[in-house]
Amino acid sequence: MESFSSSAIHAVPCGSERAAPRLRIFALVFGVICLNALGNLSLAWGMKHVGESVSLNPLSFLRVMLDPAVATGILLLILWLLSRMTLLSWADLSFVLPMTSLGYVLAAVFGKVFLNETVTGAHWVGTGLIFLGTTIVGTTDSRTSDRANPEQQ
Amino acid sequence: MKWLLLSIIVFATVFGDLLQSYEMKRSGEQAVDVRGLARLLKMIASRRYLLLSIVCMTFSFFAFMALVQIAPLSFAVPASAATFVLETVLAKFLLRESVGRRRAAGTLLVLGGVLLLAR
Repeated sequence: MESFSSSAIHAVPCGSERAAPRLRIFALVFGVICLNALGNLSLAWGMKHVGESVSLNPLSFLRVMLDPAVATGILLLILWLLSRMTLLSWADLSFVLPMTSLGYVLAAVFGKVFLNETVTGAHWVGTGLIFLGTTIVGTTDSRTSDRANPEQQ
Repeated sequence: MKWLLLSIIVFATVFGDLLQSYEMKRSGEQAVDVRGLARLLKMIASRRYLLLSIVCMTFSFFAFMALVQIAPLSFAVPASAATFVLETVLAKFLLRESVGRRRAAGTLLVLGGVLLLAR
């Protein structure tokens, strides 16, 4: 882990490359959020209808994965993983994490609309805080670890 | 059992995300097209840290699926969402990212929002 830590800043080659335009980053953030929310929705819907309890037994997981909704959810989550990896090649982890947390809001909306889950006043306040937080994080530099003086922001 | 699953989720998520971010920074900017996706799959197979990060995320995913079956979502979501505060701190020190006041404040607001959403 020592080499991981000490070589991190020196190993970043992107300083010589053109930085991803901000609009492109936000578009990919949107795509990552949608893939995650749709994947989780499909997975949750499938898990609720599959009628089998999942334990740590791998065979139990494999049986559940044969359900079409669960399989679709897993496929969407694989696409989410790949698009998030691309996003991490464009932007900081500490930028990506709060920005993509807008997915929690989308998951709550999907839960209400498609799974008839309850959305309370606290949920709306939570939604507001997430919007505010992501807006603030969205105003910071998306990539800082290749800067000569990373303390300035 | 729920604390064991939560520990697996937190450790696997944090470790996996840090490794993935480290490798993706090293790889340079990737394209969003079929070629880009194929290149990512090739990278996963050839870079050990990236492969390890996927293994970590898989463990985290299955542990989360198991956790939501034995614990309420109001426990599982906020407990696992707390990982991104830990990740932000570690990203600052291990990945040398600049986490200024604005980014830290925004991250804490998002965490507060996630905690409220999970109630």
